[in-house]
Amino acid sequence: MAHAYTPGLKVAAHELISKRRILPLKGEVVAKVGDKVKPDDVVARTYLPGDVEPINVANQLGLPPEDVASFMLKKLGDPIAKGEIIAQTKPLFGLSFLKGLTNKSVATLDGTIESISSVTGQVLQRGKPIPVEVKAYLNGEVIEVFEKEGAVICSWGSFIQGIFGIGGETHGTIKVVVPDNQTRLQEKHITDECKGCIIIGGSRVTANAIKKAVKVGAKGVVTGGFDDKDLREFLGYDIGVAITGSENLGVSLVITEGFGDISMAGKTFELLKSKEGMMGCINGATQIRAGVIRPEAVIPTDGDIHATDDSKKYQQHGLEIGSPIRVIRHPYFGDLGKVTNLPSPLHVLESGSKARILEVEFEDGKRAIVPRANVELIES
Amino acid sequence: MLENLDKINTILATDCGSTTTKAILIEKRDGEFRLIARGEAPTTVEAPFEDVTMGVLNAVAEVGELAGKKFLDENDRIITPANDNVGTDIYISTSSAGGGLQMMVAGVVRSMTAESAERAALGAGAIVMDVIASNDKRRPHQQIERIRHLRPDMILLSGGIDGGTTSHVVEIAELISAADPKPRLGSSYNLPVIFAGNINAREAIKDTLEKKVDLGIVDNLRPVLERENLLPAREKIHDLFMEHVMAQAPGYNKLMEWTDAPIMPTPGAVGLIIKTIADIGNFEAVGVDIGGATTDVFSVFRPDGAEGVFNRTVSANLGMSYSISNVFAEATLPNVMRWVPFDMDERDLRNRVKNKMIRPTTIPQSMEELIFEQAVAKEALRLAFIQHKSFATALKGVQKQRTIADAFEQDSSGGSLVNMMTLDMLIGSGGVLSHAPRRQQAALMMIDSFQPEGVTRLAVDSIFMMPQLGVLSTLHPTAATEVFEKDCLIHLGSCVAPVGVVKKDGTVLKYTIELPSGTVSGELQSGELKLFKLGVADNGLPLKVKAVLEPQKNLDIGAGKGHKLETEVSGGVVGIILDGRGRRPFMIPEDNAKRIESLKRWMTELDIYTAEALDNK
Repeated sequence: MAHAYTPGLKVAAHELISKRRILPLKGEVVAKVGDKVKPDDVVARTYLPGDVEPINVANQLGLPPEDVASFMLKKLGDPIAKGEIIAQTKPLFGLSFLKGLTNKSVATLDGTIESISSVTGQVLQRGKPIPVEVKAYLNGEVIEVFEKEGAVICSWGSFIQGIFGIGGETHGTIKVVVPDNQTRLQEKHITDECKGCIIIGGSRVTANAIKKAVKVGAKGVVTGGFDDKDLREFLGYDIGVAITGSENLGVSLVITEGFGDISMAGKTFELLKSKEGMMGCINGATQIRAGVIRPEAVIPTDGDIHATDDSKKYQQHGLEIGSPIRVIRHPYFGDLGKVTNLPSPLHVLESGSKARILEVEFEDGKRAIVPRANVELIES
Repeated sequence: MLENLDKINTILATDCGSTTTKAILIEKRDGEFRLIARGEAPTTVEAPFEDVTMGVLNAVAEVGELAGKKFLDENDRIITPANDNVGTDIYISTSSAGGGLQMMVAGVVRSMTAESAERAALGAGAIVMDVIASNDKRRPHQQIERIRHLRPDMILLSGGIDGGTTSHVVEIAELISAADPKPRLGSSYNLPVIFAGNINAREAIKDTLEKKVDLGIVDNLRPVLERENLLPAREKIHDLFMEHVMAQAPGYNKLMEWTDAPIMPTPGAVGLIIKTIADIGNFEAVGVDIGGATTDVFSVFRPDGAEGVFNRTVSANLGMSYSISNVFAEATLPNVMRWVPFDMDERDLRNRVKNKMIRPTTIPQSMEELIFEQAVAKEALRLAFIQHKSFATALKGVQKQRTIADAFEQDSSGGSLVNMMTLDMLIGSGGVLSHAPRRQQAALMMIDSFQPEGVTRLAVDSIFMMPQLGVLSTLHPTAATEVFEKDCLIHLGSCVAPVGVVKKDGTVLKYTIELPSGTVSGELQSGELKLFKLGVADNGLPLKVKAVLEPQKNLDIGAGKGHKLETEVSGGVVGIILDGRGRRPFMIPEDNAKRIESLKRWMTELDIYTAEALDNK
């Protein structure tokens, strides 16, 4: 595999980020091109018909179904409020002081009268239309609008691609709770001050820490690693094929490196640390299959999106001597180092397999031979 | 087929797997076609590349380096035709880069038609990402959002008994139409949607969906309330996946422009080769190709004598990289660990599986990793074979109605054509089998997972090139056959396994084998594996010797319970393996210490791993 290498995940300090925000059904786009938006701003909305709830008025009033219409106080299409009388029998001999002895039917929801059946004696109430909204997700500017469908939001910002995540889109204040990228994110690090925040950890997040994050009302967690056993416990089931994003567990989680005790890449940690106190937008949705979707953390920053894009483009070159790498499989899983040699011939590994290898010098000065397939490039 | 076959001297072929792209170079030298070089590179379907042709170029470049030839021009295009050391006469490819099958199913009532649809999808080997039903308490926009978010590879729609009300199922179709689902990969095909519901709703469903999706209609999977009919839907799912979905990948359209023949789905190509081998040799064969996302099983059986019945199944979510976590989840931890000859920490193990899933192109470096990966492979193969047996029935293509009770419980001996006792040859392909550092590892993986009965020959694809030869056989049969015979198939030997319940102790089989080095006679004990070396001739074909095999009275070696069998047994690079561990049931000690002791004994006898590796110190 002379020409092959595993690209590292994308970590960009400053780049132009754009997101499509589309309604599930056609509706109205509220945002206009040029609008400045915040994550919770609605950019498009539509309405679904409200719930339908029947009331058996004939039974409640003790009437034959065909008589129901004549005792209705509300007619077809009339607005109704919950608790409002919609039908009532007449008092005996029309005596108003006997009104308290009449039978009544009251609305069970706010809405309108949908139908009155002379066959069943049922009255259908239609609840108020239910709004379906798409929010901006990012701080940014609307750069394009798709009529009746949605818009594209654009912003400068930092972009960090994770390797695995759970939970959907959320946002909160970036809060770094560990001193460095190698510190395990534990329960003790999470305090009430984390409420509404995106918590930044170092290496593996423990099961108790995740539970505490949910308890204090944190919005999300971004950290280096997670144990699969804890993931199973947290989700309540074992993930077979990694398709996530719709979990609703209280926090969204973005794992940047992998499963187990693995430190967040130093560059990623430093970038997040430099953004402490800023608004972070994360999405744990992951689909690991061809056409992969990886989780992400975005920290939007101010800046004219129409200005010349002078950001350093995300580029990776092939493996070269001196390339910074991380080993992504046992026995050196998670170790960082630099390529010192790229021998061409196939090498017999301890497992007996023959593979193209590279020689690496780790940060502690130790050297090792590792299959090229088992390292990923780290963007320098 | 090509017109001027005589002018073809150089053939470049690739197979784009979900994880690895393999390239081979075949050339005509001294009047015959031979494999010259092989290269591979990670498949590039993920960011930042998201273009399968990048992996192809990398693999082709490696072949070029190894063969001392140039295949790519300055614009990274494959040069044709060949001229001296530059270019190739034809370039062909197979693909399974799209990976596993993830479906959504939809029905009217969650606990009835939707549940039947779910069973049909699961039976076809799909992962069911979500079940949408009229009564699932979600609002239409939530259901639509879900369809869009999940990006299913296919949707199975059912609902209504035949002759019943049509409105509900049409409403669900309208929902799908509103979601306007697009295929996960590329735009060269429409998303397949299969309708298996009320026969009276077909026209309305066509009106609603036909213009937006690739609509297929099959028999109602719940024609009456109390009966299920899952087979037609299950087969349709399977066929559509194999023919239209799994080959797709980002950059697929570009690759299509490069090839001199249509890109063939990998299982189609491997199936062609397996069928051809079995037909030429007039024997019964089972083949398997274990990949990163899927495991494909092929069989040719001859229940009525000469006429071979070919079956092919794709287990869409059993594989060694993208799908490894699913193998683990389906097989469960104890079943995987029963093949590992030492204890491992569960927490660490789980993390390793998930790390392989999220970084699929990595390979085992340490012996411990290799042993564990081969244990997972045994379970992937076992599960894929179970699925194959349930598909390979005499009634294939014929509607067979089932009750709910037997939707999952398919009788393997009654309906299935798979008869392990009459099976002549078991052929393995795919990275974990073809690239096993020791060929005996591949042999044991196949024996443990398929559990061949009686006398069965074993073979592997030498370097994992059956897919390329499969597609080549459609263009240039001579070249494909020559390379297959001389460079592809590695004969491992034979497995001799008596069938029946073996007692804890005692003899299960008496044997006399006339080896070239002298006749050996002896008794195979219960729970014992024995290996006799018998290699291959100079032409690569296996040596054959006479053997007399006499099982215990309650065991069968192919001539009936307790009956002696005089037969010819083939050798190979591994030899003749006598397996006294029983069949139906296969016996592996439940006690952990005894299990580990047995595994070590078996692995030592077959020289599967080194003694240090078995101690895992």
